[in-house]
Amino acid sequence: MARKQNEKIVSLEEFQEKIDRDEKIEPKDSMPEAYRKTLIRQIGQHAHSEVVGMLPEGNWITRAPTLRRKLSLLAKVQDEAGHGLYLYCAAETLGKSRMEMNQELLSGKAKYSSIFNYPTPTWADIGAIGWLVDGAAIMNQIPLCRCSYGPYARAMIRICKEESFHQRQGYEIMLTLARGTKAQKEMAQRALNRWWWPSVMMFGPSDADSPNTENSVKWKIKRYTNDELRQKFVDAIVPQAEKIGLTVPDKDLKWDKKRNNGQGGYAYGEINWDEFWRVVRGDGPMNNERISAKQKAWNEGSWVRAAAHAHALKKQTALQAAE
Amino acid sequence: MKSNTADMVFEGLLRIADDNLILGHRTSEWCGHAPTLEEDLALPNIALDLIGHAQTLYCLACEINSRYKNEDQLAFLRLEHEYKNLLLVEQENGDFGNTVLRLFYFSTFMKYFWERVKINCCFKKLKEFSEKAFLETSYHSRYASQWVVTLGDGTDESNLKMSNAISNLEPFLGELFNNDDFTEMCSQNDFLPEPTSIFESWKNEVEAILQKGNLNFPDIILKKRGGRKGEHSEAFGYLLSDLQYMQRAYPNSSW
Repeated sequence: MARKQNEKIVSLEEFQEKIDRDEKIEPKDSMPEAYRKTLIRQIGQHAHSEVVGMLPEGNWITRAPTLRRKLSLLAKVQDEAGHGLYLYCAAETLGKSRMEMNQELLSGKAKYSSIFNYPTPTWADIGAIGWLVDGAAIMNQIPLCRCSYGPYARAMIRICKEESFHQRQGYEIMLTLARGTKAQKEMAQRALNRWWWPSVMMFGPSDADSPNTENSVKWKIKRYTNDELRQKFVDAIVPQAEKIGLTVPDKDLKWDKKRNNGQGGYAYGEINWDEFWRVVRGDGPMNNERISAKQKAWNEGSWVRAAAHAHALKKQTALQAAE
Repeated sequence: MKSNTADMVFEGLLRIADDNLILGHRTSEWCGHAPTLEEDLALPNIALDLIGHAQTLYCLACEINSRYKNEDQLAFLRLEHEYKNLLLVEQENGDFGNTVLRLFYFSTFMKYFWERVKINCCFKKLKEFSEKAFLETSYHSRYASQWVVTLGDGTDESNLKMSNAISNLEPFLGELFNNDDFTEMCSQNDFLPEPTSIFESWKNEVEAILQKGNLNFPDIILKKRGGRKGEHSEAFGYLLSDLQYMQRAYPNSSW
């Protein structure tokens, strides 16, 4: 990674002290290579997730049931593209180019949230994604607004505001369906059945199997562990489902007064980690389709990007000649 | 409003609303599939404006014709021949060059259209709306014109693709400027400008942009037409199956 010659190299201890004082790390500050790498990986994956996440939802723009829903969905998907742009910029401040990150996404080297490898066969899936997937994302992302890396933390503030709006929109779609005709209510329940477990899995492996968690917590990139966030999510969503008369598809779900240090919380059933790892490794229902769609768009757009580059060079040459 | 005036206003609003809805639909198909992330942001943003214009215009149309209870009934529940959009806007997107060229043609036309409505329109609510619509279509026209120049001037390949797009869209341009009895009546009643009255401004701007992109201005002759009378092309049926799917599959539901 290119560094300025006069950059002050701080020791790991000094770096940790700075983190412990809750000082933000900025792009030009010295940082341990592992900290930089962890952040590039995490922010890159986050950016890719926003961009790939446009596909399952974008699917329904042309089929949205009313003009109001169509306009909200368009605005939402457009927000996701904006989040992708911010996040790529935040990752670039750590020294990796957007082009490089994009190539890693297209080659399959870089990961994105596995949740987007699930299909959206019905309109209710758009509601479920907003409610559950954006709901889970917010649980993950609100603590990131206090992340030790300045550009990431600042990007997350705006992103969280927009995501919480998306979540309310998604819940409102589900509420409307749940109060609608029998067919609509069934559509909503089936979507909840499809999205519940993948959403619970979005927080990643359980703490015992999460090798990156310890350093990330120490460096204040993460403020809570995967299991802590998962518990918050389940506790928030279960009453929301009850309120609109939908059933969370987990027969082991029950109130457990010992959870959350004795304040009580929901105990939930065993997560199917085999499915989780299978989807992460590329064998989910839509992994191939998602990446193929991004590759196709990239390849079909190559003449456009080449033309933009050539046109910019010509303009620059003409400008220099005029000076 | 007298009944024959109401009929005129209703029909006029539908024509513009349908153009915007259908082009918005086509533009939204790019979402997630554009050549760059910036374009993935820009195209849904433009689709949002176009469909937003359609929504406002359908709402105004519903106020005039009580047969339709809301904007969704107009947008989703008419039969194919009841849509009055131009054939130009319903054609499939083709490549990115074809998409931005069509957007440039249409939004430049609409920019001058709204500019005239702003100055003179007997229907006050449309006149008020034209302020916003003018600003937004001016932006769409500027965005698309930049791409037309960039792609025309860029590489040999991109120039060829843009020349092909010009030929491809050429047969549909005549309808954009076609006056008929209805447009004459709208103009005589100070409701909407006649399409031919926009031609000179449109031609000057489009010709200048194409020239910057080393591209030739097309022949504008009335060739393919029918959209304004509800006679559509094959591509439109597929578009409607997407657009109307939910309303047809789940009738009488709230969303």
